Amino acid sequence: MKLIAAMSGGVDSAVAAARAVEAGHEVIGVHLALASNPQKYRSGARGCCTIEDSHDARRAADVIGIPFYIWDMAEEFHDGVVEDFLAEYAAGRTPNPCLRCNEKIKFAAVLDRARAMGFDGVVTGHYARTQISETGKTLHRAVDHSKDQSYVLSVLTIEQIAGAIFPLGDTTKVDIRKEAEARGLAVAQKPDSHDICFVPSGDNAGWLRDRLGSEVGPIVDQEGVKIGEHKGAYTYTIGQRKGLGLTVPTVDGSPRFVLKIEPVTNTVVVGAREDLAVSTMKGERPVWCGPGVTDQVLRGFVQVRAHGAALPCSYFFDGTLLVAQLDEPLLGLATGQAMVIYDGDRVVGSATICETA
Amino acid sequence: MSSIYVDHAATTPMLDSARTAMTLQLAQLGNPSSLHTHGRATRKTIEDARESIAKQVGCLASEVIFTASGTEANNIALKGLYWQGRDKGKQVVVISAIEHHAILDPAQWLADHEGAEVLLVPVSNSGVIDLDFLKDVVSKRGQEIAVISIMHSNNETGVLQPISEVVAIAGEIPVHCDAVQSFKKVPLSFSELGLYALTLSAHKIGGPLGIGALILRRTVEIPALLHGGGQEREIRSGTLNAPSIVGFATAAESEHFNAKNVQNLRDAFIEGLNKIIPDATINGSKANRLPGIINVTFPGTQSDTLLLLMDSQGVSCSTGSACSAGVHEASHVLLAMGHSVESAQSSLRFSFGASSTQADVDYILSVVPDVITRGRAANLS
Ligand SMILES: Cc1ncc(COP(=O)(O)O)c(C=O)c1O
Repeated sequence: MKLIAAMSGGVDSAVAAARAVEAGHEVIGVHLALASNPQKYRSGARGCCTIEDSHDARRAADVIGIPFYIWDMAEEFHDGVVEDFLAEYAAGRTPNPCLRCNEKIKFAAVLDRARAMGFDGVVTGHYARTQISETGKTLHRAVDHSKDQSYVLSVLTIEQIAGAIFPLGDTTKVDIRKEAEARGLAVAQKPDSHDICFVPSGDNAGWLRDRLGSEVGPIVDQEGVKIGEHKGAYTYTIGQRKGLGLTVPTVDGSPRFVLKIEPVTNTVVVGAREDLAVSTMKGERPVWCGPGVTDQVLRGFVQVRAHGAALPCSYFFDGTLLVAQLDEPLLGLATGQAMVIYDGDRVVGSATICETA
Repeated sequence: MSSIYVDHAATTPMLDSARTAMTLQLAQLGNPSSLHTHGRATRKTIEDARESIAKQVGCLASEVIFTASGTEANNIALKGLYWQGRDKGKQVVVISAIEHHAILDPAQWLADHEGAEVLLVPVSNSGVIDLDFLKDVVSKRGQEIAVISIMHSNNETGVLQPISEVVAIAGEIPVHCDAVQSFKKVPLSFSELGLYALTLSAHKIGGPLGIGALILRRTVEIPALLHGGGQEREIRSGTLNAPSIVGFATAAESEHFNAKNVQNLRDAFIEGLNKIIPDATINGSKANRLPGIINVTFPGTQSDTLLLLMDSQGVSCSTGSACSAGVHEASHVLLAMGHSVESAQSSLRFSFGASSTQADVDYILSVVPDVITRGRAANLS
């Protein structure tokens, strides 16, 4: 096949590209320039898309022996990922930008452009697997569960999965680093990138405050009684206990947790630990990564964080919302996160959590 | 797969004769500054080369200052002439809007750090500088101008600039000219043009990479950028790179670039393009141009996509400039010629050289339709 390898400048995408070449594909390396004002250097594990990263990607492509180009996707990234991230926070939800990037950039803008140019698909260094089953190509967890990235890929439609190649899904990260070393790729020991790539300082709260302002508002208990003040509601997360700065103690001295963030009234609601418990979640705008879910109740697992646990549940689709009922309640769940349904290792689909109970 | 090189304006193959001369010189021992036999031998070789280049560009041998690149020569000239002028209270730098980054960026640097005021001479839609603008600036602010720098021909469009007229308008004001693209492609004489300074680069004429020359009028003394052994008139220090200088001179002496032939190829290419992509436009087509460069706008495409597709068909051409992150940017040259960002970003440069053939032209024309079709589809995706 003729493939575009998305090369970030990190070790994973470099080995993925090399493996695709070895598998006999005709591969072209592409680095996506996502920041309109890239920083020169990356600092430790923070950030990506620096000029240094693009040089690392180019060097890896040269060592592998494939053509290499840089595609400017800064505008698409800003509009589709950064703006969305801000809007979600402003609405009191907790978004996952990596997921949005896969949905709108890597497997949309890039894949569409690649297909129009005559390529068959896009290779990335994500830790996930695909399989050909009788229903078509399906998405599965990586063998290395600790590195599994199927969660952030769960927004891909069947069409997008058809054009996605994940050569690393069958290998552990440790072995990928060894392989990079053996292939003479200088990025072999480059640290993994964590955090949000467009917040290079790693200070998400500060970054949000700079952009959304820091309007002081009330912290209230569940009865609506004001017991404190906050400096910008969106810098709190559901389930947060520390840093609330509350001086009024509870009757029994038990700690308080953030239960809810209400952007319209700029209010943070706190309460007891047991009030965080969620046993039903509903998600909007579902995407099916294989055969669609119906109103028939099925057994499976739901995952609500990128590296969270797979929680046993029953799930169904009510025609508008994807509903999951947990066997055991979960403490602290923010709307805006993705709920991803698994059937064993297979990704069934995902939706954006809009209601919890 | 085919491998067609149409990026001769970026760099062109080194001539066999230059390679041979250079290789022989690599085996010669001696620092040209040394006073002994070995040093003298290398010095003689370098001075032969200097005389030979001087002859080719119509200047005195003593006016040739070897540098490590055309970029360096431009920097020495622009900064040096500016500083010299500033000492006399002249702080204005006049350049054209379409200069190479090796002039634009030093000018910007002078503005940011050295108190210069930079004036950009605009160009017409066909890419020729506006002489009336220049006249106006010189008549109003002539006393304040430290240096005027206008390129001999533009590296993206090939459009030739009226340098004699510039020098006439400038009068006493020092004029520098970046002639990197013109040397050995069109007639060029430093003394006839009456310039103060002129820039050459070896790798655009069949010489090696990393060697250039600043031609600087004999009596002009300007501050140095590199200080050290004082080798080149105290204006440029550093042990002279004898092998590269020999390669440079050998290429300069060669008459392998046949302007007529190259122009015929270019014209055949344009004719073919007009037939298969009727809405493609040639930038600067109304102006006098270098024989080898053509810059084409393909509406509804993106240059970087086209370059990738051309490259995968084995055709090496160019999109113009990229920023430090490697992201393709709209060409400042095309923007200055009145293009929108969108149309500037849908343009490609093809540049033919002495080694180009009709078969190259035929092959490129054979892949163009598919490349443009795909490029247009990708642009809509
Ligand atoms: C017009 C012009 N000026 C200057 C240069 C820079 O020359 P060099 O590559 O020797 O630094 C180039 C070549 O890219 C050029 O085209």
